[in-house]
Order: sequence, then structure tokens, then C-alpha cells
Amino acid sequence: MGKLRPGTIILVVCLLALAVLPWFAEKYYVQLFTKMMIMAIFAMSLDLLVGFTGLVSLGHAAFFGVAGYVLAFAAPEYEAANLWVSLPLAMACSGLLALVIGVLVLRTSGIYFIMVTLAFAQMVFFLFHDTEFGGGADGIYVYAKPVAAIAGWEPFTLENHTHFYFVVLALLVLVYTGLRILLDSLFGRVIVGIRVNEHRMRSLGYRTFRYKLACFVLAGVLAGMAGYFAAAQFGFVNPETLGWHQSGSVLMMVILGGMGTLTGAVVGAFSMILLELGLQGLPAIGGMDLSKHWQLLMGGFIVCAVLLLPHGLLGLGRTASRLRRKPAEARDG
Amino acid sequence: MDANTFLIQVLNGIQYGLLLFLVASGLTLILGIMGIINLAHGTFYMVGAYLAFSLSQHFGNLWLAMAGGVVIAVVIGLVLEWLLISRLYHRDHLYQVLLTYGLILIFEELRSVVFGDDVHGVAVPEILRVSIPLTETLSYPVYRLWMSAVCLVLAVGMYFLIQKTRLGMIIRAGAANREMVQSLGININLLYRLVFALGVALAAFAGMIAAPVASVFPGMGNQVLIVCFVVVVIGGIGSVKGAMLAAILIGLVDTFGKVISLEIGGVQLLPQLSGMMIYVLMAGVLLARPEGLFGKRA
Amino acid sequence: MAEAVLRTEHLSKHFGGLAAVDNVSLEFFTDQIHAVIGPNGAGKTTLTNLLSGELICTSGSIYLDGADIAGLSADRISQRGVGRSYQKTNIFLPFSVFENCRIAAQSRLNSSMRFIRRALAYREVVREAERALEEVGLEDRAQVPAASLSHGEQRQLEIAMTLATRPRILLLDEPLAGMGGEESAHMVELLQKLKPAHAMLLVEHDMDAVFALADRLTVMVDGRVLESGPPEAIRASAAVQEAYLGADEESHQ
Repeated sequence: MGKLRPGTIILVVCLLALAVLPWFAEKYYVQLFTKMMIMAIFAMSLDLLVGFTGLVSLGHAAFFGVAGYVLAFAAPEYEAANLWVSLPLAMACSGLLALVIGVLVLRTSGIYFIMVTLAFAQMVFFLFHDTEFGGGADGIYVYAKPVAAIAGWEPFTLENHTHFYFVVLALLVLVYTGLRILLDSLFGRVIVGIRVNEHRMRSLGYRTFRYKLACFVLAGVLAGMAGYFAAAQFGFVNPETLGWHQSGSVLMMVILGGMGTLTGAVVGAFSMILLELGLQGLPAIGGMDLSKHWQLLMGGFIVCAVLLLPHGLLGLGRTASRLRRKPAEARDG
Repeated sequence: MDANTFLIQVLNGIQYGLLLFLVASGLTLILGIMGIINLAHGTFYMVGAYLAFSLSQHFGNLWLAMAGGVVIAVVIGLVLEWLLISRLYHRDHLYQVLLTYGLILIFEELRSVVFGDDVHGVAVPEILRVSIPLTETLSYPVYRLWMSAVCLVLAVGMYFLIQKTRLGMIIRAGAANREMVQSLGININLLYRLVFALGVALAAFAGMIAAPVASVFPGMGNQVLIVCFVVVVIGGIGSVKGAMLAAILIGLVDTFGKVISLEIGGVQLLPQLSGMMIYVLMAGVLLARPEGLFGKRA
Repeated sequence: MAEAVLRTEHLSKHFGGLAAVDNVSLEFFTDQIHAVIGPNGAGKTTLTNLLSGELICTSGSIYLDGADIAGLSADRISQRGVGRSYQKTNIFLPFSVFENCRIAAQSRLNSSMRFIRRALAYREVVREAERALEEVGLEDRAQVPAASLSHGEQRQLEIAMTLATRPRILLLDEPLAGMGGEESAHMVELLQKLKPAHAMLLVEHDMDAVFALADRLTVMVDGRVLESGPPEAIRASAAVQEAYLGADEESHQ
């Protein structure tokens, strides 16, 4: 307490860098970082489930995508939605969906939980994919960004990419701080206890289902927040937004950075998007256009990451020290 | 719906269900015996379909293509287990999910590199290119009946494998427990490798026989995978009997969901929402029996 | 005599065809240690699991303060004042010793759906955790990760966590398992200290400890109660000698 740890210093430096970025970067990069921060919020919401509560959800994109659709529905055609109405509405819808799905999926655990979350997310996918009201497979456009007007006064305008950037940065900080506080609260202690030893939590008198459900809903609401801004930034939503590739890739972000740390989720989100961009910018080698088939390398990267980085990027130090210790252990054993 | 259409839909539903069973049984065995959740399982179905497509062009004969395809699938299964899956037995399910997710990306992209992103067709073998007339306008293709028959034969084969062999004894004991299996004097590494290869071969074979009726297209594996998850969840992990029942149930529900028209309060629910039907079914099973119809109570 | 705090009537649990617990009727009183002994597989742990709600009985009833609690979930039974410890140490290994007890004490708050205030700011929970640690003598080890405690200390922590939930009934499943002589003596002393305020079920293989502690002794064999009574009577019983105590040396290690 009171002493500045190296981690805190790095965190503050990164935050300052993010805060001054728009004065130095071109529009493209400001928008890129906006996207990365949105995905970081999304990844943190999943980290709450996977890293802290021990619930491996493979359907988290459903809550992300649904909020985007709510924004699209809330905006009358060619007109902008009001941010103060549509954002809470979108988050509430994601939360409601998480409540309904949560009640069902939390009856299972382990491998079942993974499969069932994936399956229900797919159900939501089909709901939008097979019906007319969500524009079917093509999705719908969000023609205008939401307006932040309160009785005629507009504190900021999302049409301005710098304003958009700062709104998302503020939310990133808010969500991060909020989750830190949450994790140190009574509720936070309970969910971590559930991850470590759910059986013992029950025998101590905790009705673990309630806490897991509350956590699932909260994670859904936060994913909804991220999904809302993603839809506003990209200007459209389609079923892929809530598809299972989205769920898989956000899970990869959480693991890549190191789960159960929040910061790891942010680092993971930033690195995954940069990696994606890097791979998409690769030149053609021989007859093969690598940039077109970047997913091949991404797949290879994921496989290698799982085999070589058991603790994620933030845990690199731990992985390295374990590797160094291994020969000695082998001799002892 | 008259009696003939009904009959055709029942046959279609059962045929689809049996096909799902081939894929899902491998998935449930790998889960139940090895404790591995394999997202890439649907990908092997796709690999099978593309193998049928390319090999049948090469040989000019689907039968040879199937024979060759099964051999290739077994080899793929053995190599993958040896190279990657065997490193996951002691890891959390989370990492199994991620690694096999990575495999999906790799296989999908390889498919795109080799075959492109177009939809392909595979010809039905000449000898089965006939239909049984039911009425003047309706008839039923023999190839679909043949598919069902083959799936049934394989299902019976698996029944014997599980009921009458040593391997089956271990499967029935529900052995995710390495020590127990080893105490029976069985080489566990070999057992796991064979089970995995068997699963891959079943999924790929399902893809091969489905190719002539379902065509061959990108993403076909993932579609099947998720339906198979539903099958496993409904049937219960590790239960081949459960997978059979659940697969037929889902085959029928899905088929009839697409042809029945249902309207409640002026809102057209079916067939528009037929894609969601099986998930509603799964939700129902989860409410009543979270461990699946034939699953062991935790 | 006062009414039993916890009482079972014709309690049975079947696993398939096997009756792990068969028609067991027992009573537990405050200020009394009721020890249950028997060979491995006699159904002692199953009995404990039935009482704590981790297993649901096939037939029979369990009365807590006169109310039937058979069929209630483990968390509800815990909230009604039944605390248990486990045969296999069942603690939160990555947490500090203190946090293990704090999370146990926190369970007695009306609700843990509190999202903002720091957990450590709940003074009464912190005090309760400290009290439990002092009671078992682990207060010096409070800030150490539970994983780095010795086996005996982990067993003590297990008891401290149970105490932090302020139970009236303690279900102790082999609290002395794997402990050395000094640690065992310490634990026996602790249980004696706890006796006046608690009703206790003690499942234990260490016969010296059992005869030192028990006010009442029940011998279980194959899920059934073979004999139940004061320790001296049990020691003298020919049936028990034959079925269990005589075979003592072989059956335990």
C-alpha cells in the first residue's frame, strides 16, 4: 500500500500515452486505437467470467452483438439515436439476454458449460440470421452515430473521431477501475472463491448459483457496452458480430494476455488486433498471398501460444523462469 | 401434409439424424474417454467432404475416394493426436478449446488455399442414382436410403465394439481415469490415439457420404460441430446410446421444423425460426436433466 | 435430558444396489462428542455427507432443532448452523490463511451481493476470522498462503474455517488424518475446548483420540449401526471386538 509498484508505473505511463495519442496520431490510428479499446472492454468483461469466476464461456459474443443490434433498431432510419437512451437500453437488453441464457447454462459446469454457451450463442445467431427483422445474413447499417444530447446541450459528438476516442478511453478506465473495486468487494471475493473451490463455497453456506448468475449478467452488460460502441464505430451490425468466431477470438485475447488479471485482457486485446493487422499486411510469398490467408498464420499462432505460453503474455516471466528451472527439477525427480 | 410427404420427411429426418450420429459419436467418445473437448471435430467432417470431392475427381469413382479418404483421415487423426492433442490431457479445458479453435482456422484456411471458396458438388455413384417412386409426383432417392443403411451398419458396429470388446469395456467403465485403465494392463497412449483417430475417421466418413446430397462448401464443418454439441449435451457426455437417441431426435425436429408452418398470434414462427428449434429442445433438456438424457449425474 | 440438536431417523442412502448408509438413527447433543467409527467403506463419510446436505438421502429423515432438513442443499444446511470439515483437506489453497477464514466468516452476512465497499472494511467479518484463527492457534500464520502450510496446519485451518461460520453442530470427518503425535494432541485439546458450545460428530480412525474424546460411540459396519452407546460399553462389546476393534491394526493403514 502506498508504494508504487513497477506494474502501477507502467499502467500510468500507458494511460498517459493513450491520453495524448490523438494529438500525435493520424485519424486512422486514432480509430484503430478506439477499436482496440472497445475490444479491451469486451475482453475484460469475459475475463470476469473466465479468469475470475472460472466460467469458460464460448458464447460471449452474443451479448456483444445483441447490443449492436439494439443500437441499430433504436436509430430511426437515417437519423441518430440518443446515446443516453440507447446505450442503457442496449446494455439492459444484453443483460436480460445474459440472465435468460445464464439461468440455463449455469445449471451445467465444465465441458458442458463450454458447449452449452456456444450452442445458445448460436441460437441467437440464427435468430438474427434467419429472420427479416435484423436484416438477415447481411445485417443492418447504423447510418448515424448516436447523439449525446441532453435537452439540446451536446457535451461531445461521436461523429468526431477524437471525441469518440476519448469517450471510449474514459469508459475503458471506468470499467477497469469499476472491476478493480468490484473484485475487492464482498462480491468479488465470493466469485474468486467460486473459481478456486466452488464445492467448499457451497459448504460454507454460499448459494453459488446466484453469484455466478449475477456475474454472468454483469459480464453480459459490459460486453453489451463494448458491442454498442463497436456497432457505432463500424456503422453496421451483422450476425457475424455475435458469431462464434467472435467469441473464440475474444477468448483468445483474454488468454493471450493472461487471464484473471484484467490488465492481461487489455494487453491481449491490443496485441491480437495488432497481430491481425500485421498478418493482413503480409506480402505474397511464392504463389501464395499470405495477407489473404492470414487466418492460417493466426491459427498457427494460437496453437503455438497454447503450447508455449501457459500463463499468457503477462506471465512470460513466470513461463521463462519455469523453463529455466525444469532441468534441475528433472534431475531431482 | 399427406402420408407420403410425411413419410419422406421422416426418412429425411432419420437420415440426417444418423449422419449427425456418426459425427457426434466420435465427439462424445473423445470427450468421455479422453476428456478432450475438440472444437475441430466438425472440421474433420468438412475435410471428409473435400476429400470425397477431390479424390472422386481424381479416381473418377466415389467408392475409391471414400476408401482413400478414410485412410487419410485416420492418418490425420493419428498425427494430430501425437503432435498436439496428446499435450493437452493435463491442461484445462480452456486450452483444449483454444488449441482446437486454432486448428479450425488452420484447416479452414488450408481449404481456402487448396480448393478456393466456391461451393462444389459431388456426383452420386451411378449404381445408386435411382429413385423409388412413391406417387406419380413423389419419389425417394435410393442414395439417401443407402446413407441411412451405412450409418446404421456403423452404429451396430460401434454397439458391438462397446458391448463385446475390451476397448468397449473401458469405454463403458467411463474411464477418463488413466490409472484405472492402466491397471487393466492397457497402453493408454495407444488407446487414446486410436480413439481419436476413430473419431476423426467417423466424422470424415460422414462428410464423405454427405457430400453428394449436401454439396461441399466453406464453413460446413462448424455448422455440423455446433449441432453435434447439442446432440452430446442432450444425450449426455460419453454416452453413445444417448448420442444415437439425441441425434435422431434432432434430425426429426430440424427436418420437421423446416416444413411445418406454425403461426402464433399472427407471428409466423415456423419455418422462419426452424434454425432455433434444436436449441429450444436443448434448453428444455437442460431444465429437466442438466446432465443429459443418458449422462451420469455429477 | 435436553432435546437433540441433530437427529436422524431411519436414514438410508443407496448407490444403485449398494446401501452405503442403511437405516441409521442417531442423536447429537450440545456439549457431547459423538464419535462414529468403523472399517473403511462402513458409510461414515456418506453419513457425514448426508448430514451436511452434500448427498440427498434415499429415505429417512434428518431433524435439525426439530425441523426436517433432509433434501435441503448444502448451503442452506450450513446457514442453519451445521459446519463441517473434510477428510481430504478442502481449503482455498491460493488464498492467505486469513482470507480462507475471512471468506468463511463472510458467509454469515445476510448477503454478499455487495459490489463497492472493500471486503476488508467489514470489520466484524475480519474480527470473526481473526477469532477463529486464534481459536485453533494459527494467528501467527495468517498472512501465509494456505498452500504453504504444513499438512497439520492445513487441518487446523480447515477447522478454523468451519468455526468462522459460527456453527452449533460440527461434523468432523477425520480431523486427525495424517497428523503427527504433537499435532494430534493439539487437535484433541482443541476439540475438547470446543465441546461445551457445540454438538459434535467425530468420524475418526485414531482410537486413542476417539476414546479420549467421545462421550458416545457408534460403530458402523456395512452402512448399518452395529452398536451405539457409552465408550466403555462399546469397548466391552463382543460383537464390536469381533467385527472391528479386533481387526483394527490391519484395517487402518
